[in-house]
Amino acid sequence: MVDVRDVHYAVSGRPIFSGLSLTVRAGRITAVMGPSGTGKTTLLRLITAQIAADGGQVVVFGDDLATLSGNEIYALRRRMGMLFQNGALLTGMDVFDNVAFPVREHTDLPEALIRTLVLTKLQAVGLRGAADLMPAELSGGMARRVALARAIVMDPEVLIYDEPFVGLDPISLGVIQRLIKHMNQALGITSIVVSHDVGELAAIADDSYLLEGGRVAAAGPPAELRASDSPAVRQFMTGSAEGPVAFHYPAPDYAAQLFGTEGS
Amino acid sequence: MSHAGGNGFLLEGVRRLGSGAIFFIQLLVACVPACGRPRLLAHQIYNAGARSLIIIMLAGLFVGMVLGLQGFDLLQRFGSEESLGIAAALGLLRELAPVITALLFAGRAGTALTSEIGLMRATDQLTAMEIMAVDPMRYVAAPRFLGGVIAMPLLTAVFSVIGLFGAQLIGVQLMGVDRGVFWSQTQGSVGLRDVTEGMVKSLVFGITCSLIAVHEGYYAAPTAEGVALATTRTVVASSVLTLLLDYVLTAEFL
Repeated sequence: MVDVRDVHYAVSGRPIFSGLSLTVRAGRITAVMGPSGTGKTTLLRLITAQIAADGGQVVVFGDDLATLSGNEIYALRRRMGMLFQNGALLTGMDVFDNVAFPVREHTDLPEALIRTLVLTKLQAVGLRGAADLMPAELSGGMARRVALARAIVMDPEVLIYDEPFVGLDPISLGVIQRLIKHMNQALGITSIVVSHDVGELAAIADDSYLLEGGRVAAAGPPAELRASDSPAVRQFMTGSAEGPVAFHYPAPDYAAQLFGTEGS
Repeated sequence: MSHAGGNGFLLEGVRRLGSGAIFFIQLLVACVPACGRPRLLAHQIYNAGARSLIIIMLAGLFVGMVLGLQGFDLLQRFGSEESLGIAAALGLLRELAPVITALLFAGRAGTALTSEIGLMRATDQLTAMEIMAVDPMRYVAAPRFLGGVIAMPLLTAVFSVIGLFGAQLIGVQLMGVDRGVFWSQTQGSVGLRDVTEGMVKSLVFGITCSLIAVHEGYYAAPTAEGVALATTRTVVASSVLTLLLDYVLTAEFL
């Protein structure tokens, strides 16, 4: 469904991906994990054609994104849904109108049908009672659930989640986790979940990729990754500060810098 | 060093000009479908126009009153205070109304447009629209631009009328100029050309100020500082360009 082949991408000369390849299979939940700054969100931007790869191919629904025109990219995006980290709800309209927004923009459905559709989706995320609230009146978890309702209202084939578990209380986290599983199992939506919350992902993902140094460091079911012999994979999966992945950003010698004998 | 700095400043200026020109063409293309969204357009005309009415009416009244006082004092020295109506009407219609309306518009509606679009960018709302296959240029930028362009001449007309009333209030009620003379001289001397000059100016200022406001918001850096900078640039660039274009247009009309 989504095929990333030998992708190279750099920002201001700093390489983010150098030969990244991964495959998202239809009808499955694929987790993309990795420490902060490994380009997880950049990968989502490549898949949704917000940015173009410097080299390699990003193939979505069988089409190489680099060969598509602006209109073709918009047509392709109609088959996708994306859940943003902060929800990205339109602040000028209430919850109901936010969920109805893509339907009103892309279809000529009568208002009565739109109402039924929106209420069904809000019921699925447990927020039918919040239809009249404005985004500013929602908690972080509620905003993310409204955004999820909006993402599924057009019945997408692929649903992309950008850090869906960040900053949620245990109840909201559990609800979002169940919803991702439910959307996949009940509606057959192919899901890509980008996150660094290993435990939460392991419970729902069918496949997983661990990014490190601009490439895939490990791939396979989460349980397989946990049992990996690779020190880098083990360090990430167990959350250890010690290992090949440095916790500290490159810096001069600590003592020398503290006592002012370095570089001055 | 200063040479390099000067070059950098020049390059940045050329880059901004180029970016603005490309954005203007994209905006004009997006305006065609936006015209078919009357509700969206009406909402933006309300935001840019109706919500600026109070400040425009107040400013118009006070500017007209000052014009009445200063005009009366000046004309009295030549014994032609009955020409106060002409002086006030021509000054307002051709110059003061379009220019001051544009400056006030940049400060009130322009900053609101820039910060609104800039915050939409910073909170991923524009990206979310793109992912939902809704072009933010058509849905966000074009209706706001058109709203500003349509609102500006209307606000200028309101400014002119209220300003003339203010001048009359001072000249006739306070200073004792004959009411009949005031209005008959105004009616006899103000031609269609004077009204056209003011309206053409206000339309050009409307396009300029709205374009700058929408462009700055659309390309604002997605941070608190970025939105603040963009808002400041909107006011500065709109004000300077309004005064520059005013000179060019006045020279063209005279």
